[in-house]
Amino acid sequence: MSEEHDNTDGEIQTLPLDAWHRRKGARMVPFAGYEMPIQYEGIVAEHNWTREQAGLFDVSHMGQLMVTGDKAAEELEKLLPGAISSLKPGRTRYSLLMAENGGILDDLMVTNATSWIEGEEEEGTEGHWGDPAYYLVVNGAMKWNDIAHLREHLDDDVTLAHMDDHALVALQGPNAATALNRVMRNVIDDMVFMDSVCHDFGEWPLRITRSGYTGEDGFEISLPAEHAETFCNRLCAEIEVRPIGLGARDSLRLEAGLPLYGHDITTETDPVSADLLFALTKKRREEGGWMGHEAVAKVLADGPAQKRVGLDIEGRLPAREGALVYSGDKQVGRVTSGGFSPTLQRPIAMAYIDTALASEGTEVEVEVRNKKLSAKVASMPFVPHRYHRGK
Amino acid sequence: MARYFTDEHEWIDLEGDTATVGITDFAQGQLGDIVFVELPEVGTMVEKGKDAAVVESVKAASDVYAPLSGEVVEVNDGLEDDPALVNSSPEEDGWFFKMAISDKSELEGLMDDKAYKSFCDGL
Repeated sequence: MSEEHDNTDGEIQTLPLDAWHRRKGARMVPFAGYEMPIQYEGIVAEHNWTREQAGLFDVSHMGQLMVTGDKAAEELEKLLPGAISSLKPGRTRYSLLMAENGGILDDLMVTNATSWIEGEEEEGTEGHWGDPAYYLVVNGAMKWNDIAHLREHLDDDVTLAHMDDHALVALQGPNAATALNRVMRNVIDDMVFMDSVCHDFGEWPLRITRSGYTGEDGFEISLPAEHAETFCNRLCAEIEVRPIGLGARDSLRLEAGLPLYGHDITTETDPVSADLLFALTKKRREEGGWMGHEAVAKVLADGPAQKRVGLDIEGRLPAREGALVYSGDKQVGRVTSGGFSPTLQRPIAMAYIDTALASEGTEVEVEVRNKKLSAKVASMPFVPHRYHRGK
Repeated sequence: MARYFTDEHEWIDLEGDTATVGITDFAQGQLGDIVFVELPEVGTMVEKGKDAAVVESVKAASDVYAPLSGEVVEVNDGLEDDPALVNSSPEEDGWFFKMAISDKSELEGLMDDKAYKSFCDGL
């Protein structure tokens, strides 16, 4: 198990690709306790490049955790509302770390990383699955809290390792597969959305997952930190690939309707109000056995007071986090993230609004600097997802 | 015509008592892609150092302060249709507003071209 340093004293740390970003002309800003690239050539250019070609994102600030042991799945199921035990090796699922009050401690990706151990014909052994292992990717700003929470609640027989010697990069966009295939032949051919494989790229062990947070097809690649620069140079040598900063990552995920932890989902929001029911496996929704179930079951039975919705805003003035939503003179909600959509060329936002007004097409107003902007409840994603789900 | 600069990265062209105000190339570079500019209404009295306009980039909203006190006499309507003019031509076509200044002594302490350049170099 790796040693940890709690980074709550406010000191800003650097990530493995820090020097690489600076050489690429990035403007660096503090984010989640790290110096991170907010942009290189400009947010809109980077945003559009990702939608049209392939963008390379450094997401090494995120927490990469490995939970291993015979009881790993059932132990994780005490804390996550999704089915983990039915997750097949090499498959990934979006899930939530739940608080007792039904709030969300963090959102995360969980992959069944159990490896297949080949049999030895000479020794007469057959191939078999190794020790159950689950690979978690959690938010950078929440990882220390998540680790503490997992340590407190997971059984002692289960091992939790923080892979803080690993970098994580995401290659996203319609040409991500083309570019990655040229760098590593025959590795990703059979992969569909939410598949995850281990691959030895020369001497380097990579974990490649067909996932991301832009709404585009793409991959997240975990690798030893010391090889991250060389690997990024390999990817950026492809004509389809350019480095993309946090600014475009935010506008891309907003267009894709994907919630951002700490803004659109928090300990104050439950998964029903947050419109994340898909993360609650149907059977487990009813049977429970996970932290926060009682509170969430009550919201499910009574119906949520407010719901997370999309808003199409008229005009060009963006409504940002904190803007209040009105129906007539009555305040009915609040924007949790918003901005100008480079793809649609108009402002879009996510908001929590009273359930009675949460159906698509409902007309509301959003207040920005004492001006009331006309807005309509919209279905999300704002820009269609283009995940590679196979035939 | 004299051009002045503020440490808030605005430029001011002074012709008689009329000042044309905009943000500098350095400022637009920092803000990034500008998607909306909220300008004061003609006739508004603005006060030096107080909010006069808002620039919305993809990333965030930023206040633009009045570099001098006076009355807004004209605004750049071109920014309504094409706010990106602030990115492409910040110190010419992307001007924000013109104002009749009320106190010329407020010009003291503003920078000239050379002083502003070394101010930016020091950032």
